[in-house]
Amino acid sequence: MNLYRILTEMPWKGHQDEAGALAAHPGGAVSVPPQKVALRLFLGVVGVMFALFITAYIVRMELSDWRPMPESSLLWFNTLILFLSSIALQWTRLALNRGQASKVKAGLLLGGLLTAGFVFGQVTVWRQMHAEGYILYNNPANSFFYVLTGIHALHMLGGLWVWMRASFRAWSGATMEKIRLSIELCTVYWHFLVLVWLVLFALLSYT
Amino acid sequence: MTYVAIADQPSELHDPHSFITRYVWSQDHKVIAIQYACTAIFVGLIALVLSGLMRLQLGYPDTFSFIDPSDYYQFVTMHGMIMVIYLLTALFLGGFGNYLIPLQIGARDMVFPYLNMLSYWFYLLSVIILLASFFVAGGPTGAGWTLYPPQAILRGTPGADMGIVLMLVSLAVFIVAFTMGGLNYVTTVLQARTRGMTLMRMPLSVWGIFVATILGLFAFPALFVSAVMMAFDKLIGTSFFMPAIVSVGESLNYSGGSPVLFQHLFWFFGHPEVYIVALPAFGLVSDVLSTHARKNIFGYRMMVWAIVAIGGLSFIVWAHHMYVSGMNPYFGFFFAFTTLIIAIPTALKVYNWVLTLWQGNIQLTVPMLFAMGFIFTFIHGGLTGIFLGNVTVDLPLSDTYFVVAHFHMVMGVSPVMVVFAAIYHWFPKITGKMFNVTLGKIHFWATFLGTYAIYLPMHYLGFLGVPRRYYAIGNTDFIPESVAALNANITQAAIFVGIMQLVFIINIVWSLIKGKASGGNPWGATSLEWQTPETPPSHGNWGPKLPTVYRWAYEYGVPGAKDDFVPQNMPPDEVPMQDGAGKFKDHTI
Repeated sequence: MNLYRILTEMPWKGHQDEAGALAAHPGGAVSVPPQKVALRLFLGVVGVMFALFITAYIVRMELSDWRPMPESSLLWFNTLILFLSSIALQWTRLALNRGQASKVKAGLLLGGLLTAGFVFGQVTVWRQMHAEGYILYNNPANSFFYVLTGIHALHMLGGLWVWMRASFRAWSGATMEKIRLSIELCTVYWHFLVLVWLVLFALLSYT
Repeated sequence: MTYVAIADQPSELHDPHSFITRYVWSQDHKVIAIQYACTAIFVGLIALVLSGLMRLQLGYPDTFSFIDPSDYYQFVTMHGMIMVIYLLTALFLGGFGNYLIPLQIGARDMVFPYLNMLSYWFYLLSVIILLASFFVAGGPTGAGWTLYPPQAILRGTPGADMGIVLMLVSLAVFIVAFTMGGLNYVTTVLQARTRGMTLMRMPLSVWGIFVATILGLFAFPALFVSAVMMAFDKLIGTSFFMPAIVSVGESLNYSGGSPVLFQHLFWFFGHPEVYIVALPAFGLVSDVLSTHARKNIFGYRMMVWAIVAIGGLSFIVWAHHMYVSGMNPYFGFFFAFTTLIIAIPTALKVYNWVLTLWQGNIQLTVPMLFAMGFIFTFIHGGLTGIFLGNVTVDLPLSDTYFVVAHFHMVMGVSPVMVVFAAIYHWFPKITGKMFNVTLGKIHFWATFLGTYAIYLPMHYLGFLGVPRRYYAIGNTDFIPESVAALNANITQAAIFVGIMQLVFIINIVWSLIKGKASGGNPWGATSLEWQTPETPPSHGNWGPKLPTVYRWAYEYGVPGAKDDFVPQNMPPDEVPMQDGAGKFKDHTI
């Protein structure tokens, strides 16, 4: 899709017949399923949201009352688990392309369990931090820590909901073709959220 | 691998079987559009009543004992928030976007009908939460529609307990609703266009709605972020935005937060929001003007480029709302510069509208009157915008009625003019009935002249230094006594305009029941929605076969053609011509 060509088209010239109209824009069939287009847009929206949170973080960080949180070693472990879940889903997708139904199911299950493990791990980090006296409202660094990780975890839970539907269909005997799109969408979403997490983790660790 | 878009598969459309699925839990874009529009107009009427109450207080201070200062601030806040977000945004994108996108691009429905339905019900939920704040202890928030902290959540501001919380929750739900709808609109435009409908053959309505939706998708997250953080400050006691503060003699538990950070986030949403409302209005009015002037829109491509340019620029001007918050002069200079640059594509659009009229065969129909009224009010509001875009002029005027006059002209009256133009224009297609023309004209002249009577004097009040936001001015040395008389006159005009909107409601309801059948294409319009086999269009819009598009939507005043226009989907060799005019040929330049 060439943006320059689109925007400089001369629309006042008509198509002379149906063949001309079809050549200009065939309509109907599309090469990318609409769900993927919508997902990319949605990731853009989520990306903007996190970017704004991070901007607010950086602005607020400069003010005098900021006292950084200590690093939790569990976060490294959680990061590893999340990373593995993304790899598991990528592996599922490859298995799907090769038509290996049993591997698809195994990969799907593994990816979901690892993600659930990540969310559980995050909750554990919150409880630890809270127990050590790093309470949400005590310091802006704490507040941002809980809010950023919380919003990220909520997005993971949203992903898990889609994952659950795909898994349910996979286990209730849907053909691989029927769940292909769901798995592809999940994989892209997971990669994106891993990327967001790595940025957040770097931000939280080094400031 | 290619995928067949859902819009092209009649079998995949959920055929409604019962009253409930047809009219309540409907997945048909036309029904959802009407649901959106009716809900938006309903809350808009509430906001209109609130503005009338504000004007009563301002025009006749010390007269109405039932309006105390708290009430006044609550009216101001709810009026602003409802009008900008719950009326205009919802009506242009949820209402007109839903109705027109599939019809004008030749699709059977949105690509995600179920998501579309959810979008409406989340919107309705956000409206219910918003209106619920009128009934909680303390009433709705009175923080002003910008909800600036710290005052928005401090004791002493009306509705600081529950009102502000409900407002923030309602906004968050609205943003979820908008995102669901917005993903749908953009994907539909990109993927569900019919044969021959290239992007540059889309009517400008679709272009305006399309770009505005993209703006909304990327601007609303800023409001979401600020609403979430403010809710934490309010409910949990974090200090994202709240500085150390002493309130009513008591030192609060906040420290170190930055209210200006909130302002940046809010206006990073707030300024694109202006164009989220304006761009659909630009698009709709272009189509109305072209149709009723029987002439192609002047400079179609420039109109599209201008829409895209305005959309892009709208993200880098936000701090011009914050000149009075205090900022580095270079920072102010930058934002003044970008703000004034927006005047270029905007002025280009205005010239093109006027040039569309030039030598057109102007039909003074009701939609055309409103569309031309829009050109007046928009130029007016746009020019005062150039004043306020400059830091040095903005500083003395910012807290005066000049600002109220400016943004009501440019962002209140102008879009509303287009709302009415568009409702009158598409009413025959939506309902199959024609409205009453005399009532429509009365409605136009009352609204157009009436709003001028309201807002023109406000510029003068602003130059005198009359401050906005005040419950009552009282006896102030620098304000002459004549201001009180002028304020009373403005109030009379406002009440008159408000009441005259009943004419519109009556016209719509009466025409719905008793109106004459309009036929499928009463205006002789070219775009696809007027060529549907049935009026109002049935579920699936197009019957068995989707239309094929041969040309743009502006083939008006065609020499030699029998009907003086050629629909977008009419094959060139089937165009009926006058005797001896030869065969129709599309323009080739």
